[in-house]
Amino acid sequence: MDKNFAARRRRDLIIAAVLAGLAALAPLFIKDVYVQNILILTLMYAALSQSWNILSGYCGQISLGHALYFGIGAYTTELLFTKFGVLPWFGMLGGGVIAALIAMGLGYPFFRLRGHYFVIATIVIAEIGLLLFQNWEWAGAAMGITVPIRGDSWLKFQFLRTKLPYFYFALALCCLAWFVTWWLEDSKWGFWWRAVKDNPEAAESLGVVVFNSKMGAAAVSAFLVAIGGAFYAQFLAYIDPESVMGFQFSLLMALPAVLGGIGTLWGPVLGAAILIPMTELTRSYIGGSGRGVDLIVYGALIVAISLALPRGLVSLFSRAKPKGATR
Amino acid sequence: MGLLYGLIAVGLALIFGLMDVVNFAHGEFLMIAMYASFFLFAFFAIDPLLSAPLVAAALFVFGAVVYLLVVRFAMRAKANAGMVQIFSTFGLAIVMRGLAQFFFTPDYRSIPQSWLGGKTVSIAGIFLPEPQLIGALVSILAFAGLYFFINRTDFGRALEATREDPGAVALVGIDKNRVFALGWGLGAALVGLAGAIMAVFFYIYPDVGASFALIAYVTVALGGFGSVFGAFAGGIIVGLVEAVTALVLPPSLKSVGIYAVYLLVVFIRPRGLFGSM
Repeated sequence: MDKNFAARRRRDLIIAAVLAGLAALAPLFIKDVYVQNILILTLMYAALSQSWNILSGYCGQISLGHALYFGIGAYTTELLFTKFGVLPWFGMLGGGVIAALIAMGLGYPFFRLRGHYFVIATIVIAEIGLLLFQNWEWAGAAMGITVPIRGDSWLKFQFLRTKLPYFYFALALCCLAWFVTWWLEDSKWGFWWRAVKDNPEAAESLGVVVFNSKMGAAAVSAFLVAIGGAFYAQFLAYIDPESVMGFQFSLLMALPAVLGGIGTLWGPVLGAAILIPMTELTRSYIGGSGRGVDLIVYGALIVAISLALPRGLVSLFSRAKPKGATR
Repeated sequence: MGLLYGLIAVGLALIFGLMDVVNFAHGEFLMIAMYASFFLFAFFAIDPLLSAPLVAAALFVFGAVVYLLVVRFAMRAKANAGMVQIFSTFGLAIVMRGLAQFFFTPDYRSIPQSWLGGKTVSIAGIFLPEPQLIGALVSILAFAGLYFFINRTDFGRALEATREDPGAVALVGIDKNRVFALGWGLGAALVGLAGAIMAVFFYIYPDVGASFALIAYVTVALGGFGSVFGAFAGGIIVGLVEAVTALVLPPSLKSVGIYAVYLLVVFIRPRGLFGSM
């Protein structure tokens, strides 16, 4: 069993390296800007969902308020950039740290709550954040912030003529989130989280500090999501509260992980790789009529997948799953 | 206004609170009900007040069908039952919004004139808008009815027993699906009632449900899962808090007060005010 586990982990790492290598070569063949755009969004959602999965999948604390951290990452970066001229790279890290601190500050009261009460509290706190930003004049209120364009530069992380740098950054972020998950999966933390998810009382009695485990998961998860938010803001060069902090965003972040397989290493990547292109394609090919057909198709697919495969798409590859991994 | 929130929440209290099934399409049920009473008005000139029972009946059928077609399977999921419920009903909500856009177009609609619209009554010198007053009355009746139904009838007991232990219930000859389908129908019918009344004084458009749904979840959780009375009290508190916040803060921030009160309550009482679960 132990040997199997180690072998599986090594195999996962090799597969990930090969996939990342192939993805890195993709722009050599794909010149179409529209397709590149879809690829960037797919990678970004994969990264976000992977980060969400750390807290909600592995640790079992279902959060539907991660848009808060995403928005904080985006806003910290752009406020620092537009108001104080701080380079986005520092804003990105700053946003990540702030989001992680907020996640821990919120975790303090939140992690006492269980089940629906916890989920609703996460929705509500993100909604409060949204309303506050919508009314915060200095931060652009509901109008949001338009990032001033000062020409292509890595220093300022903005590019008008090409999307490739964004693509590589999104790929790197996706790899980072995957690698962090991979690394944590076999660490003390990873085992603690799964124990907390399965049975917090039993975990506590065996010496797992449940509260600290949850806090750790929340901080890592929020940090990575905020980096994603900062990226998104630079990529679009425009943010407003509804588009980076809305409730829809929290759901969109969770969706790839849920459809792919919640609490699994490959679920979020797999889910994003199928869901995001599908969303974009249905939107642009049948959404043009403005009559909501794309919504009908998209929603029906979500219903179908979540009913047919409650363990997510990864369960299709379940023979690769070591026995005993899921009771 | 608080009683209206209560009325929207009461259907949810039954589905979400008593049967412990997450329904992310609750707001869309409301939207369908509002459209139903709009079209009954537009085509047959039936006043929303008269058509309310019709709408409720239609929603009853709709809710039961949704349970039998979607939710029944979601509840059967052996893994991640909670997430499957959340996302299958969320998917359903998107489909319903899409269908509404397709058939009803995204235009804003309203019922221009009705028996109640725009009228006010004065009670002891205080002017109250009539639709809200009727809404409040209906809401109190609905709550009283539901309370009686859950606590005093065989069906109510069967419902609660089914949530507690579906296996044991099957042994004594209760069909779980029938009980839950009826429960869903009833929950949807109550939303239908709310929708019919709200159609009088709110604009009707495909996304209208979303704005009310979150407040309904908060209302139910604030009152505590598993308690009909809790949802009723939650509705009143939410309405009062909103009114007070609107006085102190700019109107666009009025929901912040509701959310803050929810957080405060669950931090002190993690099971909501009157929750039993």
